[in-house]
Amino acid sequence: MIEYVEYISLLIIPLFILFTVLYGTFKKVRVYDSFVEGAKEGPAIILRIFPYLLTIFVAIKGFQASGAFDYLRNAFYSVFAFLEIPIEAVSMAIVKPLSGSASTALFTDIVTTTGVDSMATHMSAIIMGSAETTFYVLAVYLGAVSIKKTRYLVPVCLVADFIGIVIAVAVARWFF
Amino acid sequence: MNVLWLIMICVSIVFAIFTGNLEAFTKSIFDGAKAAVEISLYLLGIVSVWMGITRVLEDSGLIYRIAHLFRPIICRLFKNIPGDHPSITAITLNVLANLFGLGNAATPLGIKAMQELDALNEEKGVITPEMMTFIVINTASLQLIPFSVIGILASYGHRNPAAVVFPVLIATAISTMTALLVLAAFRKIFR
Repeated sequence: MIEYVEYISLLIIPLFILFTVLYGTFKKVRVYDSFVEGAKEGPAIILRIFPYLLTIFVAIKGFQASGAFDYLRNAFYSVFAFLEIPIEAVSMAIVKPLSGSASTALFTDIVTTTGVDSMATHMSAIIMGSAETTFYVLAVYLGAVSIKKTRYLVPVCLVADFIGIVIAVAVARWFF
Repeated sequence: MNVLWLIMICVSIVFAIFTGNLEAFTKSIFDGAKAAVEISLYLLGIVSVWMGITRVLEDSGLIYRIAHLFRPIICRLFKNIPGDHPSITAITLNVLANLFGLGNAATPLGIKAMQELDALNEEKGVITPEMMTFIVINTASLQLIPFSVIGILASYGHRNPAAVVFPVLIATAISTMTALLVLAAFRKIFR
């Protein structure tokens, strides 16, 4: 089953590109020139996103390096101590929304230090799989169209992230 | 975003002073800048590729045909998208890329979807309800199978790494629905 889905996900982009260029040719589109025209838009989009990405990354890296992150993690850990969530999973819950590469590194670290069959590993795996790098998504998507007034979007994302983590913890308890 | 950023920066600096992490903090600012440059370069490549592909879709008219096909599904969540608008195609492709864990395609197609949704935006610079729904779906992570997690578990000798698939699927499904409910609740409050 897993292999099957993995194969489909390998196949999906090549087939999509093949279909797109064949259909284009059938509709008498000069696909090479058309592709070049589209690709020309790329640099302008990235130039628009870059300052947003830079600004949010500086805040995230600073937050991690300053010790504020560790404090937040310990605060969460002690507040939710009665739920007996492993502290590694608490770290994962805070890192995942902030940074994709950091969460992958952290997950590898959790697997090596607590073992592949530990509750910490399973809980972190579910958080890894079911949460998204919220801050990155916000910076890129809002930056791409220069949205300044985000209204209540950010609180919604943060509340939803928090509930998502609670769900992930509950599901991990239920299965492992 | 403004408040969140301000809090993060101020809290970080206060903490850096009290914990003696000032040097690390200053260094991290430039690390952050470097990471932003690296990710932007990576995005420059993949976004340009997908802009090329979607341009072929547009020129051949396929983008409207796909929109027509998926309109009944997408417009249940995105009510104010008119006709067979190209944004429907971009949203559909982004969701499919997310489901199959195709990160290299999901982000560029998401950017495309935001641009198409912005084309419908009457007040530029202000977010529309459709954009909010789209971003909330993307921050809630829709993935059928978490390949990277399975890969790491397998490489460290987990007996059955696929055991996480079903729990992740359940967690993702519930949290995505909850995220949309939270959005709906805020929408009621801030109407």
